[in-house]
Amino acid sequence: MIKLEGRARRFGDNVNTDYIITSTRKRETIDEQVLKQWLLETVDPAFAASVREGDIIVAGQNFGCGSAMEVAVTVILAAGIRAVIAQSFSRTFFRNAINNGLIPAQCDTSRIEEGDSLAVQLVGAELTVSDFNKELTLSGPPISGVILDILELGGLVPYMKAHRRLIPMKQ
Amino acid sequence: MSARTISEKILSAKAGREVHAGEIAICNVDQVLGTDASSPMAIDYFEKMGGERLFDPSRVLFAFDHYSPPGSGKTAAFHDRVREFARHYGAEVCDVGEGISFQLLAEHGGALPGSLVIGADSHTVTIGALNLFATGVGSSDIAAAMITGQVWMRVPQSIKVTLTGTRTAYLSPKDVALELVRTIGPEGANYSVLEFHGSAISAFTLEERMVISNLAVEMDAKAAIFPSDAATSEYLAGRKVGLDAPVRADMNARYVREITLDLSRLSPRVALPHQPDNVVPIEQAVGTPVQMVFLGTCTGGRVRDFHEALAALNRAGGRLAAGVQLVLTPASREVADAIRDDGTLEKFEALGAIVTEVGCGACCGTSGVVPADGMNVLSTANRNFKARMGNASASIYLASPAACGASAATGRITDPRAERAAR
Repeated sequence: MIKLEGRARRFGDNVNTDYIITSTRKRETIDEQVLKQWLLETVDPAFAASVREGDIIVAGQNFGCGSAMEVAVTVILAAGIRAVIAQSFSRTFFRNAINNGLIPAQCDTSRIEEGDSLAVQLVGAELTVSDFNKELTLSGPPISGVILDILELGGLVPYMKAHRRLIPMKQ
Repeated sequence: MSARTISEKILSAKAGREVHAGEIAICNVDQVLGTDASSPMAIDYFEKMGGERLFDPSRVLFAFDHYSPPGSGKTAAFHDRVREFARHYGAEVCDVGEGISFQLLAEHGGALPGSLVIGADSHTVTIGALNLFATGVGSSDIAAAMITGQVWMRVPQSIKVTLTGTRTAYLSPKDVALELVRTIGPEGANYSVLEFHGSAISAFTLEERMVISNLAVEMDAKAAIFPSDAATSEYLAGRKVGLDAPVRADMNARYVREITLDLSRLSPRVALPHQPDNVVPIEQAVGTPVQMVFLGTCTGGRVRDFHEALAALNRAGGRLAAGVQLVLTPASREVADAIRDDGTLEKFEALGAIVTEVGCGACCGTSGVVPADGMNVLSTANRNFKARMGNASASIYLASPAACGASAATGRITDPRAERAAR
């Protein structure tokens, strides 16, 4: 079981990985601890300075589209964000999030506003998002199988350390 | 056994059991690709995972394409790290000046029909043109695959795209691709694969099919797969290393969506800033001033692209318009050699074009020429996100090589069908 609480940081549709961290910044480093000062600068130059540990990104459709660069996930984690809630995720971002232990919570985000107090909970395969300001409880598609195993262990590194290989589900 | 798509067939073969859309499978990969942008991180993951050897060094390829050449000591250090890793574990490195990772795999004959390729570059989907399942993943997936030879996959549903009608003069595969991005939308193919069907496929060479597969990721597709035919065999002849196993869809395979595109009715297209799906018929963009024209990348950096751009530029007057910077970045050394040998490169240079080292070039802002504030760039590439080329104050338009060539001569976005009229 995973449970997180934090405040909503609101973004729109089609936030691509170049907007999460622009490639120009990667000319000098791929160290997420350095890159986090420019997190999402193309869409909101003031965002990085205002991030607090535990904040939760809330977005619209197709979060993380574009390049498959994994630093787009690690820079979000480096900023202290442990979950992204979106109407939908681009598949490469979803993979990278799972593989690094960042929770990609898919649900209807249309009523969540900037600053709302949120909880994200994963119990077994069941995912729920609560918005305490709106008194909303939202659910998304379940996260199951090897994906859940990887996420619960905290990512592909701890998973590989534990298992040494990828283990298929029993059929 | 129920009817299956190409994707279901390939992933079943790689999972060692019959799998269908929606299932999660562990698949054996045939080839792992890393770039200089993604591999340093993959090496970190490999080490953290306790990796001790590669599952098969001959199936791991690193290409230095995003920082080609490296513009700083720090990016040069990325290269050194990957070189050292590859030397230690026996993998192949294609160094600066060789080309884009999946382009090189295709040129080296390692992109075989029926195979499963994962690459830490979203545009790996490009080589699905060769009737294989090629998909982009992140660095951690590459690391685990280098150790285990495996990847986890959610078996995708497929969208059947049927190309019909007759291809008209000046209709580029880029126009077909942009029209599909417009129709399907930026996430319309999320977690899905585009599988191409239809009689009009034979009107496109293998390299042209790569342009169409390439843009599939701008619809969020997981892969984009063409059938295997005479053009596939022709491309593989003399290159192929290993066995190919062409895959066809079953007649009654199930698709999540079916789209038919009639080429007879399709005209040149342009994607306006700052989204690749912001596509209009070129007539609606004609006349927009451009200060930089970029010919290159994994979308528009192959031999035919440069030929078409040069021909269109010549039809439109044969000179660069005042105030236009023309930048060329071939996708690989093979491409660069071919256009040098046939005189194309010399003609571009005589026009005053800037020819950069092969690779990704200016497309993603990691190397090459950066546009100035306020510039409009017309490009053969695949992404026009704000700041994509390294300057958030520039605007990027995407079009075919012919439209780019014609526009370089006029200094305005120009319909390649009517360059003379537009001047």
